[in-house]
Amino acid sequence: MTKIKSLADLKQLKAEVQSKIKLREKGDHPENLIQIRVSMATCGIASGAKETMTYLIEELEHQGIDAVVTQTGCMGYCYAEPTIELTMPGSEPVVYGYVNRAKAQEIIEKHIKLNQLVDGIIPVNYKQIDNP
Amino acid sequence: MKDLSMHILDIVQNSVRASAGLINIEIIEDPGKDIYRICITDNGSGMDNETLEKVVSPFYTSRTTRKVGLGIPLFKQNAESTGGRFSIQSKPGEGTQVTADFGLSHLDRPVLGNIAETLVLLFSSYPGIDFVYSHHTPSGHYQIDTREVKQNLDEVPINHPDIRKFLKELIQENLEQIQISR
Repeated sequence: MTKIKSLADLKQLKAEVQSKIKLREKGDHPENLIQIRVSMATCGIASGAKETMTYLIEELEHQGIDAVVTQTGCMGYCYAEPTIELTMPGSEPVVYGYVNRAKAQEIIEKHIKLNQLVDGIIPVNYKQIDNP
Repeated sequence: MKDLSMHILDIVQNSVRASAGLINIEIIEDPGKDIYRICITDNGSGMDNETLEKVVSPFYTSRTTRKVGLGIPLFKQNAESTGGRFSIQSKPGEGTQVTADFGLSHLDRPVLGNIAETLVLLFSSYPGIDFVYSHHTPSGHYQIDTREVKQNLDEVPINHPDIRKFLKELIQENLEQIQISR
């Protein structure tokens, strides 16, 4: 039978994590980091914001992108949940609506990595040109 | 809401907004009485009787971004549709307790869902707030207290990816041990 994890195992993990943290100490000021706020009120949760947030956290970590993903309340765009607010360092925040896993992936690939805006911004004042 | 863990995530946000420092989440499975009880207690700002009467109305909210507040009404409706009960107790300055009883074997009772993910999301989103989660079943009980977790971690943040992953597995494995209902 495999051993069930307990809090005692946490001590060991702590030591490993501590050494990792020291390696990447490079003045982590929040304003130099990518910030994502996921709207997590009743409307957001009911539309799947939990899945979106978990995906964002895990995918960004997996790809080694330094970002702070936090929860926020309802932004008033209940019809377009799940919504996220993405702030790239030195830029104005952008709000995206209907962010499911696929949209979140597109935002990571295009907006975060290449700094290209993606469809789905609220308020709708931006649309990609399909046939340039 | 698709599952009960989403309700928990939602209702706990109320406690967070009431600037609670300690939030207690308790689930009791009682096959004898056929009850699945979810009880969320906080030491936040609490509410006076007048507000307390209004919170179960979908048209009451303390927010200004929109005019409806469905978290509590949906939770209440879901509990009552499984033959259960719903109640809120609150005292200004002391805190609030929300209790929802679901019918354990009722067909309409939503599943618990991924509670480990929900808890870890809460722990890491609000590192300044302490959470106690306890789950009782006929086979035993399991409790996780973030104060103990943080003691073991010292200055390592609870929202570090490796710690999150560990905590998720820790909760999942221990809940499997006490054979929680789906």
